[in-house]
Amino acid sequence: MEILPEFELHQPDSVATAVKLGAQTGAKYLAGGTDLMPNLRHGLGDPISLIDVSGIADMQAIENTAMGLRIGASVTLQQLVTNPLVLANYSLLIEAANTIAGTTHRHHATVGGNLCLDTRCQYYNQSEWWRKSNSYCLKYKGDSCHVAPNGNVCRAAFSGDLAPAMLVHGAQVEIWSAKGGQRIIDLDDMYQDDGANSLLLKPGELLVAVLVKPLPTFNTGYRKVRVRGGLDFPLAGVAVAVQGRGNKLEQVMIALTGTDSRPILLKGCDDLCGKPLDDAALKALERLVRTQTKPMRSTFIPNQYRSKVAVNISRRLLLDLLMR
Amino acid sequence: MPTNSKMILRVLVNGIAREDLIPVNMLLVNYLRDVVGVTGTKTGCDGGECGACTILVNGEPLLSCIELAARVAGKQLETIESLAHNGRMSTLQRSFHEQLGTQCGFCTPGMIMASEALLRQQSTPTDQQIKTALEGNLCRCTGYVKIIESVRTAIKLNGDV
Repeated sequence: MEILPEFELHQPDSVATAVKLGAQTGAKYLAGGTDLMPNLRHGLGDPISLIDVSGIADMQAIENTAMGLRIGASVTLQQLVTNPLVLANYSLLIEAANTIAGTTHRHHATVGGNLCLDTRCQYYNQSEWWRKSNSYCLKYKGDSCHVAPNGNVCRAAFSGDLAPAMLVHGAQVEIWSAKGGQRIIDLDDMYQDDGANSLLLKPGELLVAVLVKPLPTFNTGYRKVRVRGGLDFPLAGVAVAVQGRGNKLEQVMIALTGTDSRPILLKGCDDLCGKPLDDAALKALERLVRTQTKPMRSTFIPNQYRSKVAVNISRRLLLDLLMR
Repeated sequence: MPTNSKMILRVLVNGIAREDLIPVNMLLVNYLRDVVGVTGTKTGCDGGECGACTILVNGEPLLSCIELAARVAGKQLETIESLAHNGRMSTLQRSFHEQLGTQCGFCTPGMIMASEALLRQQSTPTDQQIKTALEGNLCRCTGYVKIIESVRTAIKLNGDV
């Protein structure tokens, strides 16, 4: 007997075939599989068919286009961090990608997979018998959330590291479906704050590529805090792009991950600009982070700690980048 | 049972061409251990967190416990068994043996295959590069000092040749 549930496996060589197969009931897309496979091993999901999109040439290219750099969703993280076009203008993407999982994972994990990463929770990422004896949960098979028992929304946390970096770069995503053809939306509009349904993709829709624009006049960086330094999801992660003169902020973009069921592109950062980054400004930044992120009890680490971490790494990174 | 739930898998395992009828939901590590019979590759955590199942696919490291055997069709697989020739251990294996980097031995096949992947890319890596290459490999019995010393010794021996 196999450990994985039974499913059909399709390995299409074009996006058109993939989305046709993906439109069938019970179909699920498979990219690098570094997150999906452990989940299936834990009995999380029971797909009728898996559509392996790792062999589609159109999803493996990185090329300059009129809309910016187009990164195919099946580009592996290892290919991303060694690509000359990315190395030339997108050090933030490289920094964020290098913090994802371990070296071996990065040879197979993909850009699209990390952007569409399933949300995580201490009550969800457990074995079948563990979840069953705990009466399952709102995210899968159950009807109440163990993190917020009175709530009716799943609080599992989005934990992808590329998303905040991409958001800071103003990323757009190219989404294909069998019926609708292609649509291009802001990456920010692909997510919603619902852990059980964090991607605003219709059934069968496939993320084919990401479009990013360079930030040549900005200093950029990514920080994350995790339990196991070598290989772990973020308790909180932050990407910052800043343009300044002396200690004065001119323009700043900040995005966070690991804190909510979606990555958060911080609003109100313009209020920090045009003035020096002093204690008052850092206090204002803390308010922005505290009011717009809400870590819940979805990890073993207390949520108050994650809250504090989100604030502190944002402050430190912003200061470091401005002084650079 | 789904209609296309089985397939013929054609792969090169340690230089030997194979053709096996397998279920498509079979994990690569189970294919290697139970079908091919090369049991050097270990399953530790069963979830891609420990690296004990690391093998090389077309020269790149892969965690075989979270990969489908079906997805490596047509590729070249190398497991720990491929390293020794005519009963002679490879430099990396010998270094792990002599520098006591094997410790309890369970993580060793994964450690050596991950190190092998690194040394093929980079013949003289820094300590930091060694640590980064092995960041996904866990030792639960002793620690990492001897393991890193072993890799360093192999680098030195390779340089002396």
